[in-house]
Amino acid sequence: MRKLGPVALIFHTLFVIFILAPLAMVIAVSFTDKGYLSLPTDGLSLRWFYAILDNPSFIDAFWMSVWLAFISASIAVIIAVPAALAIARAKFAGRDVIAAFLLSPLMIPHLVLGVAFLQFYSRIGLGGSFYGLAAAHVILVTPYALRLALASATGLSTDAEHAALTLGANKFVVFRKITLPLILPGVAGGWLLSFITSFDELTMSVFVASPTTQTLPVRMYHHITQTIDPLIASVSTVLIVLTFALMMILDRFYGLDKVFVGKG
Amino acid sequence: MPTKNFNKTPYALTAPGVLFFTALLGAPVVMTFVLSLHSYDFTTGIQSDWTLANYADVLGDSYFHKIFARTFGLGLLVTAICVLIGVPEAYVLSRLSSRWRSIFLLVVLGPLLISVVVRTLGWALLFGGNGILTMIAQALGFSDEPVSLMFTFTGMTIALVHVLVPFMVISVWASLQKIDPQSEDAALSLGASKFTVLRRITLPQAMPGILSGSIIVFALTASAFATPAIIGGRRMKVVATAAYDEYLSTLNWPLGATIAVLLLLANIVIIVSFNKLIERRYAKVFE
Repeated sequence: MRKLGPVALIFHTLFVIFILAPLAMVIAVSFTDKGYLSLPTDGLSLRWFYAILDNPSFIDAFWMSVWLAFISASIAVIIAVPAALAIARAKFAGRDVIAAFLLSPLMIPHLVLGVAFLQFYSRIGLGGSFYGLAAAHVILVTPYALRLALASATGLSTDAEHAALTLGANKFVVFRKITLPLILPGVAGGWLLSFITSFDELTMSVFVASPTTQTLPVRMYHHITQTIDPLIASVSTVLIVLTFALMMILDRFYGLDKVFVGKG
Repeated sequence: MPTKNFNKTPYALTAPGVLFFTALLGAPVVMTFVLSLHSYDFTTGIQSDWTLANYADVLGDSYFHKIFARTFGLGLLVTAICVLIGVPEAYVLSRLSSRWRSIFLLVVLGPLLISVVVRTLGWALLFGGNGILTMIAQALGFSDEPVSLMFTFTGMTIALVHVLVPFMVISVWASLQKIDPQSEDAALSLGASKFTVLRRITLPQAMPGILSGSIIVFALTASAFATPAIIGGRRMKVVATAAYDEYLSTLNWPLGATIAVLLLLANIVIIVSFNKLIERRYAKVFE
């Protein structure tokens, strides 16, 4: 490993500052003791964190997002795992087409998805419903669950499964006791990445969500377009801390670099 | 899996996904396309005729030309800056000791998992009239007036680079991982200068990563919504915010659908042709 020169280290430092500056700014502003946007120069205060408790719309939106992300990540994994096993381990006509179809939401701008779902749901009478929003999120996150499941299922040896089948285990037992444990890191990583992706999603949800199904990013977006105040900064700080915790878990499970390679 | 002449299992395993996607992705996208072919009347709503008038409207209107040109220019600029700062950063990361590398990978990639709304809010706070930017400018004596980058093209560019540069870093980093360090050592021991090694050995092998990173950044910039909406606002409309306004303010859904279809087509054309280019030129690297 050759050492890095001073120029490289200065560049690296500036880059890291650039990445962290806006997040640090949000966190700093959220601790202000003033009633307006300012840096906490006269001492720290938690008043804007208490203020979140007086704004049930943010708390409702938070739980809506958690519930939505939980449901859509779970359904996405249920769809993606069997599909990944088939795509990774069997040769069949139309395999590439099916894989491309199930990964296609990655290539469609979220705006286009939002527009398409808004119109589709209002036509079939699901406009503004939670089911519609959840289905849209399943479409959105299934590719992430599929990609991570595919990565762990590809190249998996079938020897242990054959042995179990020969010894009289039925297919379900083989899946539960052998296949699933082998691909578990990919499945769990895929679920978590799907959860985070759904939780963060704004562009598509802003079209599909109604006032009764507002997710947290949508609620925050509407707040920011009206006014930017320390309240929105404290809500954001809570989100940064929660995301950071989930990120550490994801990193342990799967490796953060592996999660993002090829993400688009 | 035991193989028979015709095995139904793979189809059964993929069926839930395929059916779900056909009903809930295929149908909405097709319907959006159909909607873009209907005309709209401000008093009676969506008509049942078939026409290309919406496409003619969007493609012939100087208002939309400006928005498309701005979006395209923004995409190119953001991509160029991401290459300029993301590639060296990926190189630095690949040279760090494994301890520091895993820490800084978390720092650089972590923000991808934090909501775009939150990251953009940070820039709005930095850019606003009473933000840090003003303080620095006033402290250095550049300006007594508040300096604001809100609602400017520059502000939008900086914030989007911040949101998207991690994609460039990870993409380049992934291809740097595949380089055999011995090829660099060989070049050095044969008397090549460090710069020559960088230019003739490292950079060519990082090229697929730079190209695929560029395509991701460009595609995501072209369809970005949250950052242009918050930093650019009504004054700096891009394709995504224009479509949003057609849908939710003007309520001209066929016109909004037309913009969405054009955005989707442009996206697919760019991604597919870029992938073809990468595969053809760098087929060997991927083997």
